[in-house]
Amino acid sequence: MERKIRVLIAKPGLDGHDRGAKIICQALRDAGMEVIYTGLRQTPAQIVAAAIQEDVDVVGLSSLSGAHNHLFPPIRQLLNEQGAEDILVFGGGVIPAEDIESLKVVGIAPIFTPGTSTQDVVDYLFNYFKDKE
Amino acid sequence: MFNVDEILKIKAQKADWEKKTKAALVKRPERKPCFTTSSDLEIDRCYMPDDIENFDYAARLGMPGEYPYTRGVQATMYRGRHWTMRQYAGFGSASETNQRFKYLLQNGVSGLSCAFDLPTQIGYDSDDMMAKGEVGKVGVAIDSLADMEVLFDGIPLDKVSTSMTINAPAAVLLAMYVALAEKQGVPPTAINGTIQNDILKEYSARGTYIFPPKESMRLITNIFEYCAKDVPNWNTISISGYHIREAGSSAVQEIAFTLADGIAYVEAALKAGLKIDDFAPRLSFFFNAHLNFFEEIAKYRAARRIWAKLMKERFGATKEKSMMLRFHTQTAGCTLTAQQADVNVVRVAFQAMSAVLGGTQSLHTNSKDEALALPSEASALLALRTQQVIGFETGAVDTVDPLGGSYFIESLTDEIENKVMEYIEHIDKLGGAVRAVEIGYIQKEIQESAYKYQKAIESGEQVVIGVNKFTMHEEVPTGLLKVDSTVEDHQVAALTKLKANRNHAKIQAILAELEEAAKTDANLMPFILAAVREYATIGEVCNTLRGVFGEYTAPVLF
Repeated sequence: MERKIRVLIAKPGLDGHDRGAKIICQALRDAGMEVIYTGLRQTPAQIVAAAIQEDVDVVGLSSLSGAHNHLFPPIRQLLNEQGAEDILVFGGGVIPAEDIESLKVVGIAPIFTPGTSTQDVVDYLFNYFKDKE
Repeated sequence: MFNVDEILKIKAQKADWEKKTKAALVKRPERKPCFTTSSDLEIDRCYMPDDIENFDYAARLGMPGEYPYTRGVQATMYRGRHWTMRQYAGFGSASETNQRFKYLLQNGVSGLSCAFDLPTQIGYDSDDMMAKGEVGKVGVAIDSLADMEVLFDGIPLDKVSTSMTINAPAAVLLAMYVALAEKQGVPPTAINGTIQNDILKEYSARGTYIFPPKESMRLITNIFEYCAKDVPNWNTISISGYHIREAGSSAVQEIAFTLADGIAYVEAALKAGLKIDDFAPRLSFFFNAHLNFFEEIAKYRAARRIWAKLMKERFGATKEKSMMLRFHTQTAGCTLTAQQADVNVVRVAFQAMSAVLGGTQSLHTNSKDEALALPSEASALLALRTQQVIGFETGAVDTVDPLGGSYFIESLTDEIENKVMEYIEHIDKLGGAVRAVEIGYIQKEIQESAYKYQKAIESGEQVVIGVNKFTMHEEVPTGLLKVDSTVEDHQVAALTKLKANRNHAKIQAILAELEEAAKTDANLMPFILAAVREYATIGEVCNTLRGVFGEYTAPVLF
């Protein structure tokens, strides 16, 4: 049987808005992926440890508090340092266009902003891993 | 309410009309096979007297300002004075937020509402490791009384009422506000305002908890007791459905879970030995104004009636003020779109109108750019102007409860009341709201509704203009507010300086006393007040309590 895409959805920092993160969890699971949710208030180190321990293919980061520029890049960096460059890191939340560009430069993309359909996220992930095969 | 013969006549006419209308549907069907509200309540084609034929006016509505307060908590409502126009604001440093407060006051807000940053809300100083990147982002950073002095500089505390969105460390911020009033020469008896102080919805929907439930409930009852004696005009809690709704609940769930939380606070206070009529008059509520116009209006009316009955019948309250559900409303942030953001102005106006028709005591209208960033000064002004138009131009405020007696509104109010009571009875059976949160029942209910709503948007069943209908290509929006990235550095530098210039020994002694008191069942307010007067920081006070109480870890339910 084909291996299911394994996803870690994480809430870095102090932000408590988890409606979007939980909806994404449920939508990805309904689409047949294996989804782990970290819960609130995770440090970058905790998220990276969970990603490696759970052997995930993707880490999805959610933040609506404006702290994404501080919290997202260290996660990518720590993953790379631990030899997990192949894990895809994407994000979602209230994130201004200029920050989407700078996050992309450090290897965090795509960023899904308010109004995104969950189907778009599902399709993106399926296509991403199809292209990689 | 109606003459029996009249009702029979109307029923016969209605049956005829239904038959004719249904026959015509074959050729011209309605837009949907079934019309429902956010709470899945089915909406009839048209409401008539027979929908409320056994309506007992005195028992269900009564007079405005009288039990069960369905029509409103005051006899004259907005004919006397408008609701408090209270715009939530706060970002960056205390001085920036002070500027925004003054701008809003100059432009006619009648009350302040302070947003704190996440480190403050979770009881961390700005120099804490956990605060990195979050200082001043979603609200103002407050570390000590020194920041409060800047925040309210030039604002006399006996002249404004201030609402503070602070929960887990509510005792600390209240103590700072009281200490600041003292410094301004204003006695605690002369200050007015509200602390949100509603921890149960933090566990179920909002996320800024610190301590476990039992210890959090103790802090809350300490505040009830302290304020009943020393700060009589303070609203000691704002039991909030707002965030439950924002997290995705329906209107019925919003009221049900909020009132169930309210019951839990009342029970905790009674258990601590307080008398119902001593603290109940200072309980206040906070609801969401969402999109379904009539359901929202009925929701507020139903909430008032249910709470009045609960207080009187279940808890034996005798003071009128104990039975009155007074509430603040904020328009629904989650309905704002990043796409075609100007359309948000229209959404906000309708939502605000529903809150006014539902009899709110105060109102925040959201700014159009909130799906993109914190509100700019211009968009915050437009939001305030929106409620001023309702208050001063539309005439919607010239009679009390203008929709009272509408066949539709009364049917919907009754139906919401029944559904809410079903939930409350179920939560009682589970062991109350605290237990329901601990086992994740409330979180799961909210999550299911949120997912269903999302699916409805994606299927197009729920239309969102600019997102799934009438979409168009847009340029990247400009003029958004960006929090100055140097705020954190400045805040940390100021805090370091403050910490070097305090009476260190005295603070340590007070914190040691607080620690000892926390281990007993003493009221902690006097200890916290003593600490903040000496410029002990929010982190120092909260860490002292963390040492005794421990921290809450949320169950991960997914």
